[in-house]
Amino acid sequence: MSDSMQTLEVHNQSEYKYGWSTELDMDTFPKGLSEETVRAISARKKEPEWLLEWRLDAYRHWLTLREPTWANIHYPVINYQDIIYFAAPKKKLGSLDEADPELLKMFDKLGVPLEERKVLAGVAVDAVIDSVSVTTTFKKELGELGIIFCSFSEAVNEHPYLVRKYLGSVVPSGDNFFAALNSAVFSDGSFCYIPPGVRCPMELSTYFRINAANTGQFERTLIVADKGSYVSYLEGCTAPMRDENQLHAAVVEIVAMDEAFVKYSTVQNWYPGDKNGKGGIYNFVTKRGICAGFRSKISWTQVETGSAITWKYPSCILKGDESVGEFYSVAVTNNYQQADTGTKMIHIGKNTKSTIISKGISAGYSNNSYRGLVKIGKRADGAQNFSQCDSLLMGDKCGAHTFPYLEVDNPGARVEHEATTSKIGEDQLFYCKQRGLSEEDAINMIVNGYCKEVFKELPMEFAVEAQKLLAISLEGSVG
Amino acid sequence: MKPLLKITDLHVSIEGKKILNGINLTINSGEVHAIMGPNGSGKSTLGNVLAGREEYTIESGSIEFEGEDLLSMDIDQRALSGIFLAFQYPVEIPGVSNSNFLKSIINAKRVFQGLPELNALEMLKYIRSKMIAIEMDENLLKRSLNDGFSGGEKKRNEILQMTLLEPKMAILDETDSGLDIDALRIVAEGVNQLRSPARSFIVVTHYQRLLNYIIPDFVHVLSNGRILATGDKTLAEKLEDQGYDWIREGNSVTP
Repeated sequence: MSDSMQTLEVHNQSEYKYGWSTELDMDTFPKGLSEETVRAISARKKEPEWLLEWRLDAYRHWLTLREPTWANIHYPVINYQDIIYFAAPKKKLGSLDEADPELLKMFDKLGVPLEERKVLAGVAVDAVIDSVSVTTTFKKELGELGIIFCSFSEAVNEHPYLVRKYLGSVVPSGDNFFAALNSAVFSDGSFCYIPPGVRCPMELSTYFRINAANTGQFERTLIVADKGSYVSYLEGCTAPMRDENQLHAAVVEIVAMDEAFVKYSTVQNWYPGDKNGKGGIYNFVTKRGICAGFRSKISWTQVETGSAITWKYPSCILKGDESVGEFYSVAVTNNYQQADTGTKMIHIGKNTKSTIISKGISAGYSNNSYRGLVKIGKRADGAQNFSQCDSLLMGDKCGAHTFPYLEVDNPGARVEHEATTSKIGEDQLFYCKQRGLSEEDAINMIVNGYCKEVFKELPMEFAVEAQKLLAISLEGSVG
Repeated sequence: MKPLLKITDLHVSIEGKKILNGINLTINSGEVHAIMGPNGSGKSTLGNVLAGREEYTIESGSIEFEGEDLLSMDIDQRALSGIFLAFQYPVEIPGVSNSNFLKSIINAKRVFQGLPELNALEMLKYIRSKMIAIEMDENLLKRSLNDGFSGGEKKRNEILQMTLLEPKMAILDETDSGLDIDALRIVAEGVNQLRSPARSFIVVTHYQRLLNYIIPDFVHVLSNGRILATGDKTLAEKLEDQGYDWIREGNSVTP
């Protein structure tokens, strides 16, 4: 074995930059989950009766479900009674000025653009700390265009018609174990509505942060893009370094009407655990969008570098004729991280098109699985799918797996699937180093080249962040 | 004068198999040494060992580069110190644009030399000026590094990198293989333009024809991991006429 292969086995944990936690005055529920917990959450949030019933319905359904075991991931049994289901900073915020200075400092550290200076960057942010949405910037500017962008709780009170109409319309409350759990106990999240014909002039952004210990985070995002509208939505996530595992079970629902286009980008950087696999976030997330209208389009781009476990399949239901679904993914696992991620493209309408580009990178002792379903319904004449799933292995202790599922019920459909697995080339490394690049720089260059097709789908600022994140995630995995 | 490169009794193996069996070679600044030999003689190994390729095990012997112990240096340190290997099979790196790669390696070198990095404009000017000299298509800058390049384009790209990095010791590993006569001429001209008292070359080749264009100061014949004969360019011509057999038979020749 060459030196370089040996150094591939040296897995120094790179510094997790977001690993601090903040002392905030918190209002927390005791551990445990029961109908009472669900009622208490709903009461605390002064929710209308229908929503409480919706939650309870989800809770009762959840009780009948079993945790899924089909994914290629392994973890100790989660004790759902040992989790705190609600934690919120105590102070209610009227404006940013009233915010806890500790909280603002935390956002500063995160680089969350809550402040005016960021107006220039054109990013509107909804920040969710633990369970509640803390503040939403730019509400006024967006309001003038008729765009609603606010916390989920606020939307429930101020736009009950929209919330009631679309909540659970894409991911039903009983959809799966984790979605049902979320539906029962979700504490907050973001809501976004873009009216007909409006092109949202700035990137909308949600930043999720788990801060409190022993707390699960269950947020919901609901995005409704009305006819002919456009929105680009960004999601970022970080968490403190803790020895115990923390559960994150979110739901994202997207509805795109006729000729609407929703672009949803995620840079997921939850704490991945230490180099021995201790701690880290269990990330069980259900993300789904429906292209309900003619020529509508939903594009998911994700860069997954964090979490001890990632279980996530952002999907598109292509119901409208000529609608388009896209999934671009980079999933990086290092040390003992496990990722089972991919997408589902459900073609229902005629001449629907989907594209799947998945790039998995495994290092250390990690396991990285792509799992994807392409389903072409009977009515979906002229449907087309192109899938490309590439896996890159760094070292020889990690694993890459591909589980493509294909169900074609229409003979006129065209489905193409390409898959490659490669090892990061000793030859490529040698070549770069022979030209004077350090091993670290060489790896970054090769890996970024490998991910280029996905990174180019990200908004500029995010793409730069993603590249840096990739470098940090793989730091020490080689050399 | 202190030699640029001094190889002393070098023994090298790969996966337990001996490839070099006691190489002695001294190269002074400004000299061009051709290394010839039949397939499997260890020609390419020598270049790869000088560049620091890790699959090889150094059994014994030493290599001094500018008086320093080369074998203790990392691959990138050797490169930055002035060793350049033009690959027989240049590696493809999809998704990394050629221009981005060239920028990175030029700036890595400049940082090592304590010079400021070149900005995008200066960089482009610098790279373009060198491309013209070797008649290289500028579109190759936008493409992924060597990805889908023809054999000739890859080799030109090697010569371009050599020209940009201005090494002290350039090793051309069978650069002539797979080239048509026009490409061969252009590559050789690229090398000739770089010949200077401050730069030495090792030209590894199986055929004599490259040496019609790059006139060597010394020709060494390698067989079974040993240098069996050393001469001037006439030795290469003799090899072309008579093949390698007369040397194998033990007619050791020294200058």
